[in-house]
Amino acid sequence: MKKKILIVDDEPNIIVPLEFLMTQNHYDVQTADTGEKALDLISRWKPDLILLDIMLPGMDGYEVCQKIRQGKEFSQTRIIFLSAMARSIDIAKGMGLAADDYITKPFANDYVVSKIKELLADTD
Amino acid sequence: MLEQKIIIFVSFGYMGLLFAIAFWGDKRAEAGKSIISNPYIYALSLAVYCTAWTFYGSVGAASTSGATGFLNIYLGPTLMMILGWPILRKIICISKINRITSIADFIASRYGKSATIAGAVTIIAVLGIVPYMSVQIKAISTSFQLISQYPNVYMAQTATPLSGTKDTAFFVAILLALFAVVFGTRHLEATERHEGLVAAIAFESLVKLVAILSVGVFITYGLYSGFGDLFAQASLVPYIRQLFVMEVNAATFTGWYNALFLAMMAIFLLPRQFQVIVVENVDENHLKKAVWLFPMYLLAINIFVIPIAFGGMMYFFEQCGSDPVCKQTLPQAFDGILRFANGRVDADYFALTLLMAKQQQGLALFAFLGGMSAATGMVIVETIALSTMVCNDLVMPVLLRLPFLKLEQKSDLSRLLLIIRRVSILAIVLLGYLYFHYVVEYYSLVSIGMISFAAVAQFSPAVIGGIFWKGATRRGALFGLLAGFFTWMYTLVLPSLAQAGFLSRELLTYGPLGVDLLNPSHLFGLDVHRLGINQYTHAVFWSMAVNIGLFIGVSLFSRQNAMERRQATLFVDVFKSSVESEKSSFWRATASVVDLRTLLERFLGKTRTEDALTLYAREHHINWEQELIADAGLVSHAEKLLAGAIGSASALVMVRSVVEEEPLGMDEIMHILDETQQMIIYSRELEKATKDLEAANERLKELDRLKNEFISTVTHELRTPLTSIRSLAEIVHNTPDLDTRKQHVFVGIIIKESERLTRLINNVLDFQKIESGQIQWQMTRLNFKEVIEDAIFSTGQLIKEKHIALTFDISTMPGVVSGDKDRLIQVMVNLISNAVKFCHTQNGRITVGMQVKIEKIGGNDKGWVTIFVKDNGIGIDKGDQEIVFQEFRQVISGSKGRPLGTGIGLTISKHIIDAHKGRIWVDSELGKGATFFFELPLLE
Repeated sequence: MKKKILIVDDEPNIIVPLEFLMTQNHYDVQTADTGEKALDLISRWKPDLILLDIMLPGMDGYEVCQKIRQGKEFSQTRIIFLSAMARSIDIAKGMGLAADDYITKPFANDYVVSKIKELLADTD
Repeated sequence: MLEQKIIIFVSFGYMGLLFAIAFWGDKRAEAGKSIISNPYIYALSLAVYCTAWTFYGSVGAASTSGATGFLNIYLGPTLMMILGWPILRKIICISKINRITSIADFIASRYGKSATIAGAVTIIAVLGIVPYMSVQIKAISTSFQLISQYPNVYMAQTATPLSGTKDTAFFVAILLALFAVVFGTRHLEATERHEGLVAAIAFESLVKLVAILSVGVFITYGLYSGFGDLFAQASLVPYIRQLFVMEVNAATFTGWYNALFLAMMAIFLLPRQFQVIVVENVDENHLKKAVWLFPMYLLAINIFVIPIAFGGMMYFFEQCGSDPVCKQTLPQAFDGILRFANGRVDADYFALTLLMAKQQQGLALFAFLGGMSAATGMVIVETIALSTMVCNDLVMPVLLRLPFLKLEQKSDLSRLLLIIRRVSILAIVLLGYLYFHYVVEYYSLVSIGMISFAAVAQFSPAVIGGIFWKGATRRGALFGLLAGFFTWMYTLVLPSLAQAGFLSRELLTYGPLGVDLLNPSHLFGLDVHRLGINQYTHAVFWSMAVNIGLFIGVSLFSRQNAMERRQATLFVDVFKSSVESEKSSFWRATASVVDLRTLLERFLGKTRTEDALTLYAREHHINWEQELIADAGLVSHAEKLLAGAIGSASALVMVRSVVEEEPLGMDEIMHILDETQQMIIYSRELEKATKDLEAANERLKELDRLKNEFISTVTHELRTPLTSIRSLAEIVHNTPDLDTRKQHVFVGIIIKESERLTRLINNVLDFQKIESGQIQWQMTRLNFKEVIEDAIFSTGQLIKEKHIALTFDISTMPGVVSGDKDRLIQVMVNLISNAVKFCHTQNGRITVGMQVKIEKIGGNDKGWVTIFVKDNGIGIDKGDQEIVFQEFRQVISGSKGRPLGTGIGLTISKHIIDAHKGRIWVDSELGKGATFFFELPLLE
């Protein structure tokens, strides 16, 4: 069964390559451009991994992460922050919210794919 | 018969003796064996306080009002010595350190070496002392006249003999002046100290004491058999009996305390007293003995005053014999003038006349000598003290400022100093004579003396306040002194001149110009009669009230300059600072040693300068051969040496002429300001400056933080397009089997994101340009409609892609403005692309509008064109609406609504609109879209 990956980003032109990459690597993909939509999809669709942007309109990525981690239900859901905010303080904040990884934009496609593979391999 | 020749011979013989003593004293001093360095001599020299007033006047006063009439004049000094010695000690100590030459110098030095104050004090002192001086002239000439008649006792009343008295007085005045010149200004060197003079004065004090004691003993034990007998007999005379007790009523009470107060002040504020107590003091420790020796002397000199007075009065009664009219007119006749056998006799001169009546030729001559001694001592010391003040503080400051005299080119001025002093002495004595000639005959000795006491009492606030209160300022002292002095003139001198007929007597009855409120005898309606206040108390009350009031009041509201603060500290803290005065120098200056030496030689003479410098060199291990530049210590030392000769105010001016001031270093300033009030003010200013600095630092930190935020914002903005470019490029590059359609889409995105990247970079550069003011505005006249059209054209593709419904709300009126077209297009594009970006994702709507409105302000039409761009997107939180336009403020994490990471477009837009004298703002509600407005002034 295909692993499910949710891409959360408000930049359509970033979603395009990510969606292509995930599909190419045989993942099931859904996208959301706001935090609210993301939470809605998570509770309904229950993705295995979330690629989460931080700068989102309305609720930001940190808050989304926090909400996911609050319940036990999604404690096994992998979360990778994918953000253009590259300061160490931003990274520390993200990791502090029990995310599994933090990748700064711009990213190398291979690196993102390998990280996803690595994280999802553990859950098997 | 006592021949005039004999009297004159004895008088001159006595003066010769005094001169010999003075000469001997100076010789001993030069040999370094000071004879006056002795507490007994010091105490005796203080007795220069006892003048003809004491010798003759006290007796006169005692015969009108008993002990009440004279005792307070001696109780005052006694109290001052016993209770007030800390004040005296402090004044002496200060004066030694600062080489003070006179009371004027003292006060001036305290208030920043002010030449104005020195001059004012000098004038007050001279004018105040003139009446006192005249009393001495009167005493000597009257007593000379009296004794010349021996054995007849009479006092001339008719006009002819009176003019004889005046002639005598004139000769007496001239002789006194010559004596003073000889005593005080014999030396070529003008110094502040006169050892020989002090020795002579001490001897003179001894003579007058012995003289009055002899007279007293003769009357008490010769004419009567002791005090008991004398008083018993006196008590039989009703008039004398009533003098046994002090008549206690308001008048005697206030008058008594007033005189007591004046005497307490006079003992150290009279120029001659200041001279002997302070300036001529050899050793501070001598004061310790003087505080009880001098009161003892006062007691001794007063002990026979009442017996002499009563003895004289009883003799008068005997002369009256059985004449009832004579006895009846007694009480009135006692008012200062007493009638003897064949004339009228002043009660003041009982000490002389009674002896003459009793045919005691030798003793009478001795009494005459005693009285003369008391008077000459006063005149000599007083004129020397005053002439020093007149020379140093009045004449020299003026002469040194007169360029045509070319004084600065004269190599030796010490001769000039002496000449000025001699002329001053003659002038002062002459003034005293004139006052005597025109005014004094109407007053008794004591009442004239009181006028002088009241004048010098005006110095007391400035002196006592000055040594205990650092806050006392030059201005305060000057105002107090002058106001007190003028009140004194008005309430005491003016009436005495009116009495003498120089002014209309109506002045005293109705006041000046009939204004009774200004009447000098009861100023401001002070009811002197009901309060029982005499004219002296009245004058002292008002003069001291305005003096003290202004001294304190003006001091509180005026500021001291650096010199004043320094002097104030030096005076008030004289015991506190163990620092040598030279070390606490005000001078941060150097001078050439040659210049300094020349300056000193001009005023002190070659020998003294050489001596002084050699001594200084020995103490400080200096070799003059090698030393070319005098340091601050030596400059200060030179200033002190000069101050001894010409007073501190003039010395300061002279030293200033040869030194080159150095700029004060920070630590020196701190040192000088140490312990002064100003310090507090400076520290407050410093505190404020520190706070300002801290605030500035905080602002810098804040700016730094914002700058960092800006960089992170900009990089974030750059990263976003870069992310999609890189990622898509990798995909296109690594996926050989990518289908053409996808490849086309991906590369299309890459191109678009590259354009976005370029725009961003341009924005950053624009922002930087606008921020630093480097931008060149291409202002032209343009219709804003064109701007909107151009902006829509360049954003049309973007709007179309997002399927956004664009509507217009453009006014038909032309919105003509003056502006830079490209920049205004930039603003419109920014606003529209932002609207597009945050529009509702499914059915976005954007409205672009333009309104023109014209207001009438005054007579002119004032018009505005308002443009708005309205979207139906997520909106902006109220709290963020202000900051979206702020530079560096684009990244606000956790905010509701539209993320503020929208680039710096809005900031640039705001800058552009500001530069067009317009205004930009946003109106929005969360979830209901946002409308950006801006308005520009209409051109017509």
